[in-house]
Amino acid sequence: MLKRKNEQAAIISKEHEEYLRSINRERHFIRITQILIFIFGIIFWELAARKDLIDTFLTSSPGAILNLIVKFINDGSLFRHLFISTMETIGGFFAGTLGGLLIAILLWWFRRLALILEPYIVILNSLPKTALAPIIILWVGMGYSGIIATAASISIVVTIMTLYTGFNGVEKDKIILLKTFGANKFQILRKVIIPANIPNILSVIKVNIGLSWIGVIVGEFLVSKAGIGYLILYGSQTFKLDLVMMGVFVLGVIAAIMYFLSSWLEKKIIKY
Amino acid sequence: MEYICELRNVSKRFHTINNETKAIDDISFKVRKGEIVSIVGPSGSGKSTVLSIIAGLEQPSEGEVIVNTRSIGFMFQKDQLYEWRNVYKNCLLGLEVKNMDNEENKIKVKRMLEKYGLTNFKKHYPSQLSGGMRQRAALVRTLAIEPDLLLLDEPFSALDYQTRLSIGDEVGTILRNEKISTILVTHDIPEAVSISDRVIVFTERPAKIKKEYEIVFDDLSGERTPMKCRNTLTFGKYFREIWRDLDVEKEE
Repeated sequence: MLKRKNEQAAIISKEHEEYLRSINRERHFIRITQILIFIFGIIFWELAARKDLIDTFLTSSPGAILNLIVKFINDGSLFRHLFISTMETIGGFFAGTLGGLLIAILLWWFRRLALILEPYIVILNSLPKTALAPIIILWVGMGYSGIIATAASISIVVTIMTLYTGFNGVEKDKIILLKTFGANKFQILRKVIIPANIPNILSVIKVNIGLSWIGVIVGEFLVSKAGIGYLILYGSQTFKLDLVMMGVFVLGVIAAIMYFLSSWLEKKIIKY
Repeated sequence: MEYICELRNVSKRFHTINNETKAIDDISFKVRKGEIVSIVGPSGSGKSTVLSIIAGLEQPSEGEVIVNTRSIGFMFQKDQLYEWRNVYKNCLLGLEVKNMDNEENKIKVKRMLEKYGLTNFKKHYPSQLSGGMRQRAALVRTLAIEPDLLLLDEPFSALDYQTRLSIGDEVGTILRNEKISTILVTHDIPEAVSISDRVIVFTERPAKIKKEYEIVFDDLSGERTPMKCRNTLTFGKYFREIWRDLDVEKEE
């Protein structure tokens, strides 16, 4: 990629140079504005809190949140809570995504099974899964396993639906082509159905990261004794808004990191 | 004379909940080894169905299909290159499925890519190629398994006119030089006449064989290429006759 850029640079015209510069300028403007909004937002919040323009009991303030973060980092509890929540999310994410993928493959393989189960899956999909969380936690357990199961339950149905639809949406002639080579069903799955759905699978992954976090926070609200969700709930029940805001802030940071990771993965995998 | 493929009184009906349609009705023909046969007919007359039956993708309702081949190559209207595989990987697809992707065959594929002017595009993805190049890559993919019978289902009709002429010329010449038995389905009469040894004209659905033409160019000197055939007087004669066959069909 870099090499090609250099080759082009050698034969660049003045007009093209100007065009590239204008694109760059636009990109910088947008990025700088984005950063400024964040900085001014924080400054405004902090100033408003100090001048008693807002009630810090309800809104907390950036300084207080920062102090709390430093305190939590120093005594190691931030990382403990973060670690627990992240692990639960990763567990729920893999269970939901891989489970959903597996079931979607089974439904594709056994078409009749898919037709029989269709109404049940559709209803399960339109049901708000968080309503099931208390039941799942009672069934699976009041600890980590229950929280992971809650997280998985939120993403698995939508994964099944999306991937099954994608599997059946693969162009008929692409499959017929393989059949003319004498391919068996497993080869059709491995050489067309799955690779044709890689973009689909990646977008499911992106969505499922967010869904798993929802499941984990809901699960922690219900049963946990540790984790970011626990911190937020504990903070709100004891009216420590600093703690609640810190929890939300940390979640925001984690969400951003995971979003960039999945975008990077997408770029890494899809080259065509 | 050795035959590579024979259809005896083949009929095919398609069923839907509401009705049943007869696509082809009592079709019989033979294809000699190394022969290029075209099937022309109105659109929607079961031409493609005949190819599916020969390829074993569909079973005939009645009649018998005898195919004396080791492997059959099939080419479609759209190239059906897999967009997630580069050109080289696309060309290996058939060999992979047949578990024949050994070093020897890989070298053969590379040599074919070179022959068809695709070496520099080996690592390119299909979306980076022109329509003509894509169809050439599809041809390499099809020929890589060394089929002894090639089934072409309107393989050029998705290309623009100019590319279509030049690719048709190229492919027609390759098939003739390598003596690959071929059945070409098309609605393009000039394409059929210029490429084939024989043209079979189908009626409208349900398709029957209306006429058969042995295509012989006596006014041609040197190697027979589709492009040269197009410039002969005989070409025009065949064209007019087949055109009339299809036209009369429309008036009835």
